[in-house]
Amino acid sequence: MKRLNPEVTQRIATVCLWAAAGLALSVLAYIIILVLAKGLPVLTPHFLLASPERMGRAGGIFPTIVGSLALTLVALVVATPLGVGTAVYLTEYTQPGRLAAVIRFGVDCLAGVPSIIFGLFGFIFFVIRLGMGWSVLSGGLTLAVMILPTIIRTAEEAIRAVPGSYREASFSAGATSWQTITRVVLPAALPGVVTGIVLAIGRSIGETAAVIFTAGTALRLPTSLFASSRTMAVHFYILAREGLSMPRAYGTAAVLIILILLINTAANALMVRFRARTQ
Amino acid sequence: MRPDPALARDQDLDSPRRDQDLAVPNGGAMAEHKAEMAREPKVRVEGLSVFYGGVQALKSVDLPVHANEILGITGPSGSGKTTLLRMVNRLNDRVRACRHEGRVYLDGREIYDPQEDVILLRRRVGMVFALPTPLPKSIFENVVYAPRIAGMRDRRKLEERAERALRGAILWDEVKDRLDDSALALSGGQQQRLCIARTLAQEPEVVMLDEPCSGLDPISTLKIEQALDSLKATYTIVLVSHNVQQAARATDRTAFLLMGELVEWRPTAEMFTNPRDPRTADFLEGRFG
Repeated sequence: MKRLNPEVTQRIATVCLWAAAGLALSVLAYIIILVLAKGLPVLTPHFLLASPERMGRAGGIFPTIVGSLALTLVALVVATPLGVGTAVYLTEYTQPGRLAAVIRFGVDCLAGVPSIIFGLFGFIFFVIRLGMGWSVLSGGLTLAVMILPTIIRTAEEAIRAVPGSYREASFSAGATSWQTITRVVLPAALPGVVTGIVLAIGRSIGETAAVIFTAGTALRLPTSLFASSRTMAVHFYILAREGLSMPRAYGTAAVLIILILLINTAANALMVRFRARTQ
Repeated sequence: MRPDPALARDQDLDSPRRDQDLAVPNGGAMAEHKAEMAREPKVRVEGLSVFYGGVQALKSVDLPVHANEILGITGPSGSGKTTLLRMVNRLNDRVRACRHEGRVYLDGREIYDPQEDVILLRRRVGMVFALPTPLPKSIFENVVYAPRIAGMRDRRKLEERAERALRGAILWDEVKDRLDDSALALSGGQQQRLCIARTLAQEPEVVMLDEPCSGLDPISTLKIEQALDSLKATYTIVLVSHNVQQAARATDRTAFLLMGELVEWRPTAEMFTNPRDPRTADFLEGRFG
């Protein structure tokens, strides 16, 4: 068989790669445009700031926005220190060996578990066993368990990517391991760690299955950690599934997407400012 | 300083014998040797062998470093120069496969004694690496890194310390107006002098430099050598260099390492004009390495 001319191969490869990237981006663009096109017409200040009426057929979605943010916040407050701490432990305090391998394998398994299973676990453990009931706390803790692998893995990669010379310079200046980690390694790894946290925010704010069993579906504004709360994603699911109001379902989805975009942009801007200060 | 005078005396008795085995000195040099042995060296390496897994990097090295001298360590790549330095500030503690026999003393105290505080040791024995290792912080924060971790908070004291260290490393005039800029924006030569300043700011007693000029142009090299010469009054300096000319220019005594073995160590001028071991002569004349 005659081999293809390298230039032709190159051209074919270019076209294929362009097509792959183009297809992926156009699917994403289509989703965003569709949701915004259907959702933006209902987006009014009233929709954002009022409570739902008649099960969501009318009124706004304010409690669900608060619910989503509260659940995500609880999840982050719990999962970030745990996840970053685990990553630091795995990279700086363990020698490559069996224990680290076991932990890493466990983390990878956790990352592959479907979110409905986390929901089931959260329901059995937090809601029933620990008696937290359907609440912001139960939902947030369930989400925390769910996003933990993402945070651990990205933080671990980021910490591993910090040049060893930074550590040696720090140690040879008489720093302890802890000083080296807090003053040199973590600041240098921060952009990667934040990327993981942003991914985790995206996952938890849009999560439905894991929270419907744990945070409940109450339409009231949650006023305590022990109050049940409905998130935007769950609200969307219920509106669409029970045919209560498709326009309002899309309106909710639009708010959700815009919120995620805003969080990502803010995190990015924060990182740019941080990097300008240190590098 | 010595926890056990009897122990230290025994070691003093031991060392000259071992030195005789190493290189048989003539009468004049012998007397000089004895005079050297009379005072306790700042750093004393005794029968030090180092292994990385199954590979032996140092073979029973004996070497004193005297206070306020510049000791050059030269030898071809892979001869164990860096390993020797990393043993003196115990940086190799972090390398799991690394294991050693023999002893290293700082002011007569065994630094590998389980009672010794490794953090304190590293503060007393500063190290500058072959490649510049600025931390991703501002110039100022780099220089005051060591005093800060040692607990110094007073802004004025930190500024004083930074200025003195930067002047010592002949970098002050170039950076005094932009101390808050990132250290990563400096040129390679400036970064290396910044690293020297960072080491000086920790106010060590011994400064070890591992090929500090290997990646630098001749002018930066000259500036670093000037800095070293003026530092001799305050510090004990160990300068590793596979660059023979640099060893000749900048050091008082030179030790020649070859494949983990300390071939000889003598006053630099003597070694360069009249090496005792044929292997030293070959290396200095550039027949290998």
